[in-house]
Amino acid sequence: MNHDSYEDAYIRAILDGVRTIAVVGASANPVRPSYLVMTYLAERGYTVYPVNPGQAGKVVAGLTFSRSLADVPVPIDMVDVFRAPEHVPQVLDEVLALAQRPKVLWTQLGVRDDAAAARAEAAGLQVVMNRCPKIEYGRLSGEIGWSGVNARTISARRPKLMGQGVQRLSIATRGPASER
Amino acid sequence: MSAREPGFATLAVHAGAAPDPTTGARATPIYQTTSFVFEDVDHAAALFGLQTFGNIYTRIGNPTNGVLEARVAALEGGTAALAVASGHAAQHLVFHTLLTPGDEFIASTKLYGGSINQFSHAFKSFGWEVVWADPDDISSFEKAVSPKTKAIFVESIANPGGVVTDIAAISAIAKKAGVPLIVDNTLATPYLWQPIKDGADIVVHSATKFLGGHGNSIGGVIVDAGTFDWSATDRYPFLSKPRPEYQGMVLHETFGNFAFAIAVRVLGLRDLGPALSPFNAFMILTGIETLGLRMQRHSENALAVAKYLAAHPKVEWVSYPGLDGDKYHALAAKYLPKGAGAVFTFGLKGGYEAGVRLVSSVELFSHLANIGDTRSLIIHPASTTHRQLSDEAKVVAGAGPEVVRLSVGIEDPADIIGDLEQALAQL
Ligand SMILES: Cc1ncc(COP(=O)(O)O)c(C=O)c1O
Repeated sequence: MNHDSYEDAYIRAILDGVRTIAVVGASANPVRPSYLVMTYLAERGYTVYPVNPGQAGKVVAGLTFSRSLADVPVPIDMVDVFRAPEHVPQVLDEVLALAQRPKVLWTQLGVRDDAAAARAEAAGLQVVMNRCPKIEYGRLSGEIGWSGVNARTISARRPKLMGQGVQRLSIATRGPASER
Repeated sequence: MSAREPGFATLAVHAGAAPDPTTGARATPIYQTTSFVFEDVDHAAALFGLQTFGNIYTRIGNPTNGVLEARVAALEGGTAALAVASGHAAQHLVFHTLLTPGDEFIASTKLYGGSINQFSHAFKSFGWEVVWADPDDISSFEKAVSPKTKAIFVESIANPGGVVTDIAAISAIAKKAGVPLIVDNTLATPYLWQPIKDGADIVVHSATKFLGGHGNSIGGVIVDAGTFDWSATDRYPFLSKPRPEYQGMVLHETFGNFAFAIAVRVLGLRDLGPALSPFNAFMILTGIETLGLRMQRHSENALAVAKYLAAHPKVEWVSYPGLDGDKYHALAAKYLPKGAGAVFTFGLKGGYEAGVRLVSSVELFSHLANIGDTRSLIIHPASTTHRQLSDEAKVVAGAGPEVVRLSVGIEDPADIIGDLEQALAQL
């Protein structure tokens, strides 16, 4: 598929469908983008496993670092890659070697490798590149508008609260529950 | 919504807003509160550390203001925006985020008089030096560039009206100099002109004027186009360097193409404090819903009034770029195909006395110092806003003794022209 742009529905289905996310190249430093993304995703209800050989075993914000994707103790639904583009093929090799294959390969803003994407898609994975799952979640839920960001979405349907406190919105399809 | 990009009128009504998730309220509620409760200590820490989206305190952000911000960002085609207490506050925060003492910026000589004051005097005490350039001579911008230049500032349509700035040409100079181009789009509004398409990196507004549009609320907006690479050099440390205010976070790295909007919020608004009242944000938002309808009508009425005045025996000249043969008509044709806006000046053959007489003789026009109201407004700058200047300085500022400025409202054009006709008859 073409990776220049994505339909909102494609991203929403992915973020709505996955539950367990491994973040490859995650940092333990609380002001690094990878840290901000993984803690946000954990706050929004995902089970998050940071992966970084230098931090293996360390627990940060309640999340335990794994040495490699193979060391993550549960099946992974989505791998989010915080590595420079040249490392993507190798991360993909590790993804494809897992006993239970993830459904989604996601690479962060600035990280794109169309050849690796084609290989992942041939193996049955869905791919998102050059996007941030935190921004996409914030956009599709509407939360990002609280920071004055143009979410580029329009809907006259009522957003859904996550039911875990008032300052958290869900990305579930909007509208009355009776219609769903 | 379908994958098709929504049009301007749809964005003006909907962008940034949704039914309230807790009450179902359809209009954007006025969240008239100073503060927002935290869910727990961890949530508070995540909010203060910029780790999660959410509300803390209305000086930093407010959900009503957030809708206004997202809406103006969408209308301008930017990535994000920040709403603040006034247009002048918007300018102050933008320069605070870009400049440090000893830096320079280039500004057009054709600007709102209040901005000329702010740049010449108030900014001096911050150590920010303005270098003037003339938009009628584009090369003067290029000549003004120095190693200290950090930004270029122009108005799209310049107040007191009549001047159309060649933004694409000035953007090329800004790109070559490696500095952001800031455009004050107050007089055009994104309905008539979206300067980001012509190369603006930051757009500012006095929302007091046409965005709010009803003359009832002061406000300002800063829009981040998301186009400038803050990390290409180390000249913009608020964006490209670890910030001690946030434990060493690098804002451009963290927030990518909306980093400037975040920086003006968390390093500008948070610390300098000119927050917009949520009530004013609501008023401005309500105004924006009809922005396109109003700007079209304003422009049509202004053109009709300009044509009428141009043919009037007591009028010496009319400076409205919508008129054929006007000095800026070609630029208006290129940048303002839908209309040239509501604000313009004209000269009376009777000079100063005629100007004073005219503003005292109008009945429908309001004699006041604002622009961008639904109501038609009139002012004689030489006897009011520019009174303290020398005669020579008045002329340079476009406020010579014979000059009258109009902000043409959305009333019936026959009534607007009729009022000018009876007032001109008294000269
Ligand atoms: C073009 C322009 N920019 C900025 C401003 C300042 O805005 P405010 O009065 O909202 O501070 C004005 C006000 O007249 C203006 O006309």
